[in-house]
Amino acid sequence: MTKIFETPLYPYTRQADQNAAQPVRRKVVIIGAGPVGLAAAIDLAQQGIEAIIVDENDKVSFGSRAICFAKRPLEILDRLGCGEPMVDKGVVWNLGKVFFDERQVYEFNLLPEEGHRRPAFINLQQYYFEEYLVNRARELQQQGAPIEIRGGNKLIKIDDKGDHVDLTIDTPEGPYQLEADWVIACDGASSPTRQMMGLDFVGRIFEDNFLIADVIMDAPFPTERWFWFDPPFNKGQSALLHKQPDGVWRIDLQLGWDINKEEEKKPENVIPRLKAMLGDDVNFELEWVSIYTFQCRRMENFRHGRVLFAGDSAHQVSPFGARGANSGLQDTDNLCWKLKLVMDGKAPESLLDSYDDERVYGADENILNSSRSTDFITPKSDMSRLLRDAVLDLSEHYEFARPLVNSGRLSVPCTYDQSELNSEDKLDGPTRSRPGSPCADAPLGEGFLLDQLGDQFTLLTINADAPNELDVDGIKIKRLALSSADDTSNAIKERYLGNAQQAVYLIRPDQHVAARHDTFDQTYFTNALRRAIGKSV
Amino acid sequence: MSERLNLKPNIANADDFYAELLAAHEGLSKEDSDALNARLLLILANHIGDRDILAAALKAAKI
Repeated sequence: MTKIFETPLYPYTRQADQNAAQPVRRKVVIIGAGPVGLAAAIDLAQQGIEAIIVDENDKVSFGSRAICFAKRPLEILDRLGCGEPMVDKGVVWNLGKVFFDERQVYEFNLLPEEGHRRPAFINLQQYYFEEYLVNRARELQQQGAPIEIRGGNKLIKIDDKGDHVDLTIDTPEGPYQLEADWVIACDGASSPTRQMMGLDFVGRIFEDNFLIADVIMDAPFPTERWFWFDPPFNKGQSALLHKQPDGVWRIDLQLGWDINKEEEKKPENVIPRLKAMLGDDVNFELEWVSIYTFQCRRMENFRHGRVLFAGDSAHQVSPFGARGANSGLQDTDNLCWKLKLVMDGKAPESLLDSYDDERVYGADENILNSSRSTDFITPKSDMSRLLRDAVLDLSEHYEFARPLVNSGRLSVPCTYDQSELNSEDKLDGPTRSRPGSPCADAPLGEGFLLDQLGDQFTLLTINADAPNELDVDGIKIKRLALSSADDTSNAIKERYLGNAQQAVYLIRPDQHVAARHDTFDQTYFTNALRRAIGKSV
Repeated sequence: MSERLNLKPNIANADDFYAELLAAHEGLSKEDSDALNARLLLILANHIGDRDILAAALKAAKI
């Protein structure tokens, strides 16, 4: 059987740009056709901005790799027009079990809040994730949107000229020159773009190795996340079992630092380990095996002139908590609307520095959380292990110790509390929807709130009067007028009104709250919009 | 066991606390780490003060 990750999805074809006598100028060139690069291109192309992806390969990701996709990225994908196939294919799970030594110490339910269109998490192999993004890109292309994926195109030279970027791209038929107004580098943790530009990537290396295996089996394991600390089948180490679509199970086994990677990857060494874990009577087939080590680090700045870094190229985290691809999608969500306003001449170029501020803040939050999980899973001193084991022992008997057990703090979007794009909070409303926070979804008629917000600035009014359309400095703000009568589930009241009787929210195109007030105050909201696009007020 | 001993989650931002606890031990020898734990235990016990609670806590720790 030919697997999706073995089939070329965007094979090399010769482009007119390669025959041009002078380098052709393109609007946005994106380096890398992974989840982040594809999402960026779709976001821009949907808004009419030319986006050319170059990638040295021609296939989707090999092996499952990123497998946990969180609610916020799924909501972003809804905005990009491809959330549905992901959720249809993905495995939804809520229950997690924690084992220590030979026994289960406790279980937890993610207990997702009611009234959201999307679940807390789905498990989906990265190759499907990328395939659905490629399908969406093709669909946009057929509708005439300016989007292209150029496989077999490898960036070999990059030079920021101040008013544009010069690129040299190698192909099977030799190199060609290209110019770009803007470049987004989404070329992964070992980012060649970052290396060619001589930029830093500083942080902590964790001295550990993990064996990661995709196993096809017909087994009665339930759709749950199982995590083992120090299990009998992997003494002194940890293990994780997670279900993916198509009867594929993901197994992560911690191996320790001092190992021979090539030896450990051989099926004759992998299979006995898996048998010890799954039992002798379970029939399974290995689909993919890999060994990874990881680091927690980030670039000092994600913006370098006309080159913007997003996803793993800008920041790398340990896998615990699923904060890699999930945060990468939040990067492009944050970046694309800003880039469009700057390219349209509606916002100052300095708006792009807020991408740097906000997403560096997000990266630091992710690095902190994933480093702490790593320290709990792999204690780096005797005392750290002693305390960890005490927490696990206590967690079996006492509820108080369970919040201390850390097998990964699962990805949630960050609130940009310190952002300069925020305006002063003028509403006695719920803390969760203060300026800087991502909008929480809520049921609305037959559908959901976030689908109504879309990707433009929105003035959300609840029981409050306001003009139906506003224009501030050439930016149109559409109004979404709600009243308590629409709020049959009470979710709008709980998530957006709190103690207030009425409210007006200014919501950014990435669905974060920029400002809120108890009435429509023209001066307040005009200034809030200007502030939210990086103008000084 | 005293029913007044709180064995429900009671620490806000538990991850911050745990990180702070690990940081306090960083770089210490086994001996110094053990001594730190002993001092910490006595300081916390003194803060609690209540003999019934302390007795119940001693019992709870012997799982």
